[in-house]
Amino acid sequence: MSERQQPLAALTKTRLLEFVREPEALFWVFAFPIIMALVLGFAFRDRPPDPVPVGIVAGPSTDEIARALARPGTIKPATYPSLADGFEALRTGKIALLVEESGGLLYHFDRTRPDARIARLEVDDAIQRARGRSDPTPAREELVHEKGSRYIDFLLPGILGLNLMGTGIWGIGFSIVNARLKKTLKLMVATPMRKSHYLLAQMFSRFVFLILEVAVILLFGILAFQVPVRGSLTLLVLTTFLGALSFGGMGLLVASRAKTLEAANGLMNLVMVPMWLLSGVFFSSERFPKAAQPLIQSLPLTALNNALRAVMLEGRTFTAVAGFLAVVVVWGVVSFAVALKIFRWQ
Amino acid sequence: MNATSAAIVCRGLKKHYDDVKAVDGLDLEVRAGECFGLLGPNGAGKTTTIEILEGLTRPDEGEVVILGRRWGSHERELRERIGISLQESRLTEKLTVYETLSLFRSFYTRGRSPEKLMQDLSLEEKRDARVGKLSGGQRQRLAVACALAGDPELLFLDEPTTGLDPQSRLQLWERVAAYKAAGRTVLLTTHYMEEAERLCDRVAVVDHGRIIALGSPADLIAGLHAPHIIEFATDPAVDDGLLARIPGIGDRRQRDGRWLLAAGSLAEAVPALLDELDRGGAKLVSLSTHRATLEDVFLSLTGRELRDE
Repeated sequence: MSERQQPLAALTKTRLLEFVREPEALFWVFAFPIIMALVLGFAFRDRPPDPVPVGIVAGPSTDEIARALARPGTIKPATYPSLADGFEALRTGKIALLVEESGGLLYHFDRTRPDARIARLEVDDAIQRARGRSDPTPAREELVHEKGSRYIDFLLPGILGLNLMGTGIWGIGFSIVNARLKKTLKLMVATPMRKSHYLLAQMFSRFVFLILEVAVILLFGILAFQVPVRGSLTLLVLTTFLGALSFGGMGLLVASRAKTLEAANGLMNLVMVPMWLLSGVFFSSERFPKAAQPLIQSLPLTALNNALRAVMLEGRTFTAVAGFLAVVVVWGVVSFAVALKIFRWQ
Repeated sequence: MNATSAAIVCRGLKKHYDDVKAVDGLDLEVRAGECFGLLGPNGAGKTTTIEILEGLTRPDEGEVVILGRRWGSHERELRERIGISLQESRLTEKLTVYETLSLFRSFYTRGRSPEKLMQDLSLEEKRDARVGKLSGGQRQRLAVACALAGDPELLFLDEPTTGLDPQSRLQLWERVAAYKAAGRTVLLTTHYMEEAERLCDRVAVVDHGRIIALGSPADLIAGLHAPHIIEFATDPAVDDGLLARIPGIGDRRQRDGRWLLAAGSLAEAVPALLDELDRGGAKLVSLSTHRATLEDVFLSLTGRELRDE
């Protein structure tokens, strides 16, 4: 009698053991988000902007113009022997702007390219100044390098949210469908095991990983990129906890009926891929058209990412993120309730 | 026999899957303390029947009483009192034998310790081995050990030795016999007649979802009236007309180019057979005899073989 474990504890321990003995699972939960953050972090690290390539059609004052453009260091001038050659370079994207002397100066560029519009202003500014233009008001520049406004700062909370979604839905979904497929689930249902214990153990084991997962990603961000955590750590922990709960519930729902891994996989992709794209992981979800915003903002990952960024980057308080958290919780509770209702135990 | 001394009673069990009548009006009584076998070919409805009795499948019609209780009203109590080993269920491969047993032990309020279970099923040496690394026989013993974790009064075994080598099969039979010797009840399904003959006090022969014969293996075989089987081959082959003239021969059938004749008395039938073959000009290539088995019972009842196709 004394050797008997509490069944919920035994089930939770079983899940944890299963997980840590699965090297692939460990990779996807811990190594993958770090590798992703590392690659993207370096790709978008802080550095001076690349000089914009600008073409000059050979003419009487080519050398003078090229000298003027080389001075500020933000423009990379190249000379083309004829207008046709210049157009060719412009059309293929080798240069953002083509300068032609035709009476005064004639700028050829594509207005929809942001770097071309910048080049137009900078080139004109450089040439006019070199030719003696004086500005009526003196102006100076002071460059800002604030931690918290870089791309990596935007990205890291997104990756945290993405990981909470991935491990919640994959972790719980695959484990349940697998148990159903191999009939281990049926075998357990044939014992006096309480079904609620089985489902709770899935959630509890998730929370153990959650703590490790969030800690690893956050520490990585703080140590490698000095990503700030401006809000309260407690609120951040609460936010990730609710996120994990919500996606755990969605994982249960996705796995509640599926009889094959293929079916489960399809459902998981159906749930996750739209959020990968729409929910502001890699770029702000505000970039999508206004008409789509109500839908996008009501997705659980959008709400979770918004909450994580608000707490980490802007130092917001609970009341400020309560709306986001409510969206996250509603998704979780509804998914969990539906999953319980329709769960296929055999 | 009344319902209280019966471990299992079911009446008029029916279960249809689409057009297939998996169980088609099945009645059964298993007495407390006996080992009862459901014997039949694959697809006869044995697994559906046992899963209905185990409370895992709901019958379309019919009633089931297990240990005097019904699934609808006493599921938790029944789950505590019975043990189940399913066909083809796989235990989690990443867990060790000990971890698996303590997990299953945790589900029951009372039961046997993992140590005792490992001892009973000769798994002590595999205590810390992962389930994924076990042999087929060891896995099956572990599955039975899990079924015994709650020290059940009634044990259900669905095809317990299918796919096992003869030695593992023998080992498992010993364990089931020991469990029964302690006064417990066993219901098992099998398509191995040898298993049924060795282990079961009574068997029900199941075909097309119905019981077509019921009794002890010895009674069923005795019921054939021809407890011996003569198996022979000749060159050239002989036809049925010739064999029909032999006195004291019951069923006649052919298998793999040989004839199988059921005979009441070998002393009468064998000389008569040899005489007929002589007269017909056929040369005997092989001749052997064996006592009739449950397989012959099934053959004589259905005209079909009870073998793993």
